[in-house]
Amino acid sequence: MVEALARVTAELGRAPVSVMHVCGSHEQAIAKFGLRTTFPRSLNVIMGPGCPVCITDTPEVDEGVVLARQGVHIATYGDMVRVPGTVMSLADTQADGAKIHIIYSAGQAVDLAKQLKEPVVFFATGFETTAVATAAVILKGIPDNLSILSAHKYIPPVMEIVAEMPETKVEGFLAAGHAAAITGWGVFEPFVQRHRLPVVVAGFEPLDILAGLVRLIELVRDRAPAVVNMFPRCVTKEGNRPAQEQLWRVFRPMGGRWRGIAHVPNGNLRLRDEFAHLDARRRFTIDLTSLWDYAPPALAQSCICGDIMAGISSPTDCTLFGKECVPEKPVGACMVSSEGACRIWRQYGGHPDLGDVQ
Amino acid sequence: MCLGVPGKVVEVNGNTATVDFWGVRRQVFLDVVDEPVAVGDYILNHVGFAIRRIPESEIAETLALFEQLLQDSDQDDLMARDVRGEIAATGDPNREPS
Repeated sequence: MVEALARVTAELGRAPVSVMHVCGSHEQAIAKFGLRTTFPRSLNVIMGPGCPVCITDTPEVDEGVVLARQGVHIATYGDMVRVPGTVMSLADTQADGAKIHIIYSAGQAVDLAKQLKEPVVFFATGFETTAVATAAVILKGIPDNLSILSAHKYIPPVMEIVAEMPETKVEGFLAAGHAAAITGWGVFEPFVQRHRLPVVVAGFEPLDILAGLVRLIELVRDRAPAVVNMFPRCVTKEGNRPAQEQLWRVFRPMGGRWRGIAHVPNGNLRLRDEFAHLDARRRFTIDLTSLWDYAPPALAQSCICGDIMAGISSPTDCTLFGKECVPEKPVGACMVSSEGACRIWRQYGGHPDLGDVQ
Repeated sequence: MCLGVPGKVVEVNGNTATVDFWGVRRQVFLDVVDEPVAVGDYILNHVGFAIRRIPESEIAETLALFEQLLQDSDQDDLMARDVRGEIAATGDPNREPS
């Protein structure tokens, strides 16, 4: 498989070629198993905006921080707690007495609200795969004291933005297997038509990734923009219909910022009007100006998490990486999350030197 | 967070199932699963919800991947940590149903 990848990359007859994956689990597998040491030198496999914790933008974290400082209970997924907002993270508010609860599922937010009987806000993050669970919980009915602060994101629109970025020159995408299990691979067809770029859906086992890359480079070589599903054991063309129905009954796509990727049309999932009574943004006054008395940490100015999310820079391009910024004391979101490029490279070594001497 | 973790359905009770994850029994919601689920089926769990019934022909391969991952990895491993997080997202089968 490694040889096939080298051969097909050589057949391109030019260098370098860059392809992007949009999945934290792909990056974990690539780094953990040292796959980059086996890639041909002329092939760049870039991690794009595939870490849901990382792409949650600073103003969204700020909304959670302001609510927490107002004394509202905040329930959120573990890694979100340490993600820096403009001036502080949810963990920082906790030090000042705010009530932050780590949960692993939307269902646990419901249990928490029932138990506490005080106002609880579920700061709901994650891509469509995770938003489906939030939607299902809402449709089952949630207690009156529970509100939803949705920072859910929808992957297909951001691929369009990244494909158009002149700095990245991405020639193809490796799409994430389990996210595509919900949407189905058919969701990528309009993208392929518009941008004339191939998309290969791949699993996250090392061999799955290598096989996916071989197929992707073949499609680049043959100038054959198409969607190819290399993960049929998990992904169908139509995807999971009941999950999609529930997702779109509760959420509507809306333009908004992603960290480092600027405005993404239709990239954010917000509650539909019929669920306005559950929307934390409508139930509470979230006064972001209350944070203006605080100055952002100086180190944060040097953090390039945004460029890393956009695939323009690598973790090792950052002057803070592994020095001022480590998992125990993260400066930016990419070092916080287990799916963040910096955290992954810090743990496994992302781009071993071997890759450069081949 | 887009990871699905496989487990075996040992009991179905309306919209929830008791699912065995390598000997640990947990409650998983069936609201968004793509196909009807019966006892003996395997499902992929993501944040406490079954998102896919795993077709018979794919069960062995899917389980082998995760077993290798959990066996080969220490406590701090990021992938293994995410897998354990997905199992923690399921409900305690001994608590009152909500």
